[in-house]
Amino acid sequence: MTTAAMVKPSKPWQASPRQRFNSALVYIAAIVASYVIVAITPMKGKLAYAFVFFVAFIVFDFTLNLFSRGFPVAKDAIARAIVAAGICVAVFPILSIIATVIIRGYHGLHIGLFTHDMALNSVTDPVNQGGLLHALTGTAILVLVALILSVPLGILTAIYMTEIRGRFMKPIKFLVQAMSGVPSIVAGLFILSAVVYPITKGYSGFVGSLALSILMIPTVARTSEEVLLLIPNDLREAGVALGGTHWRTVAMVVVPAARSGLVTAMILGVARIAGETAPILLLTGGGDKVNGDPFHGPMGSLPFYIWKSYSVGTPESITRAWAAILVLLAIVLVLFVSARLLSERRSSK
Amino acid sequence: MSDEMTTERGPGLVSSLGDVARRRFESKSVTTPVQGVGLEARGIHAWFGDRMVLEDMSLDFWSGTVTALIGPSGCGKSTFIRTLNRMHEFIPGAAMAGQVLLNGEDIYSSGTDVTKIRLKIGMVFQKPNPFPSMTISENVLAGLKLAQLKVDNKDDLLEECLERAGLWNEVKDRLSSYGGSLSGGQQQRLCIARSLAVRPEVLLMDEPCSALDPGSTLRIEETISHLAASMTIIIVTHNMQQAARVSDYTAFLLSDGGPGKMVEFGPTGEIFSRPKDIRTENYVTGRFG
Repeated sequence: MTTAAMVKPSKPWQASPRQRFNSALVYIAAIVASYVIVAITPMKGKLAYAFVFFVAFIVFDFTLNLFSRGFPVAKDAIARAIVAAGICVAVFPILSIIATVIIRGYHGLHIGLFTHDMALNSVTDPVNQGGLLHALTGTAILVLVALILSVPLGILTAIYMTEIRGRFMKPIKFLVQAMSGVPSIVAGLFILSAVVYPITKGYSGFVGSLALSILMIPTVARTSEEVLLLIPNDLREAGVALGGTHWRTVAMVVVPAARSGLVTAMILGVARIAGETAPILLLTGGGDKVNGDPFHGPMGSLPFYIWKSYSVGTPESITRAWAAILVLLAIVLVLFVSARLLSERRSSK
Repeated sequence: MSDEMTTERGPGLVSSLGDVARRRFESKSVTTPVQGVGLEARGIHAWFGDRMVLEDMSLDFWSGTVTALIGPSGCGKSTFIRTLNRMHEFIPGAAMAGQVLLNGEDIYSSGTDVTKIRLKIGMVFQKPNPFPSMTISENVLAGLKLAQLKVDNKDDLLEECLERAGLWNEVKDRLSSYGGSLSGGQQQRLCIARSLAVRPEVLLMDEPCSALDPGSTLRIEETISHLAASMTIIIVTHNMQQAARVSDYTAFLLSDGGPGKMVEFGPTGEIFSRPKDIRTENYVTGRFG
């Protein structure tokens, strides 16, 4: 037997049982303190408990560390507690939203959602009648058309900003950043006044996609720009040194090297617009029937369906709205997770 | 380290590097005759913004020879080598003066197709940079696609280039795996193979071994020796042993805080055993730099 087999792996930097006991004591003391203080003062409600617990925890933790390990460690403990509290404040609403959507939405889920539209039903019918098909196809078509319009434009803008670096690079960069903050209703109103009133004079999916593109292009352009900036300059030089023109080097070396990142940019753009409601309300006109033609007639979509069902206000229609929210949330979640998986695969390479 | 020690060590090192260079010279002079001037630099100056980084470099690079550029960091070696295939102009704020003649024609004269120049004067970079989105064979043949060249038999060219770069035996069974899966030394030889595929007359190497281990360095030096018979090679190196092992001629560059200048140029054996300039001697013996 070798000596290596007899030596046990240990982690001397971990907290000793005594230290763990002490920190458990701090938690218990803080909980007790929060109960006592809320009981004897006029403060009321869950928020009061959370707040008092937080303050009490900081005080006890600071005191414990001050006496056992000194002032610098105690200061460190305060910073750690504040950061942890910040994370809780940020994460709690998100978890709460997801939980609410799941709890209220799953009653409305049934297989018919994906096979029927609402052409023969009204939103006040029983929940198991009718479905989301028109809204799903509508959202798919709206997003697809917006994707076709904005991905080439967004990526070309990013290439202008990172590869060509022309004279207008700075103003375009500024514009793209400013555009990504444009309220979606403004995009909708712009298309309404610039395209719908003078030209098409009616609802259609296509004009909705135009408005969505206005929102999507900045997202795609900014994310693509970040991805292209990560490509090492060595590769550009290698391409040019092999006798490639600037454009061929960009098209054959830089863009393929950034491929998975550009796909991520695309998916983030889609996730940005899939749930957009304001321009859709103005431009596509809703509709309860599956409409496969983006250029003519009103087109349903998930956000529109949610808005319409909720505004009716009967128990059935509200259940429908929550089910549709759940479906929309699931779609966006799938998009984000796939974007994350793709970008992780890139960084591990 | 005390002065006496360096003085004691100095001459020993000079003669051993000189020996290395002489052995190489003797083994080579029998087999490969010098074929005439391939590339000439005439009064090259270079600037970044207002700062002059290189002053009045004039050098002839003979076909079929290896020329080493040595000197401390920041003396303008890399800048000089990048002016030779017009990669210098890629850096924002770069400017230059002088002429670079390839077969008697100035590569900077107006109307010159710069992509054609870079096809004839290839370059290998300091860090191995295979294209990550391409397989090994696609990497080798990337130059053909980038420059839109046609060849009759791609497989033959692929094998020939990898063979000349000394990589064929190691990768012939996995030509369709990605370039990034190779080791650093193999990646660098892949980059050499990639430069060879467009059949350059001149190959510029900017510290090609500085990121590699000694074994890979040795393989690349062997590759350089094989290639030297058929082309002009110019290599920037910080490793004086390497300069002595692979080069026929050596140029020593130095910057005294201002722009880099050429201090001495001559056959490698002379530079390492009987340098004319005291600064060269100090540098090659390791007394400074």
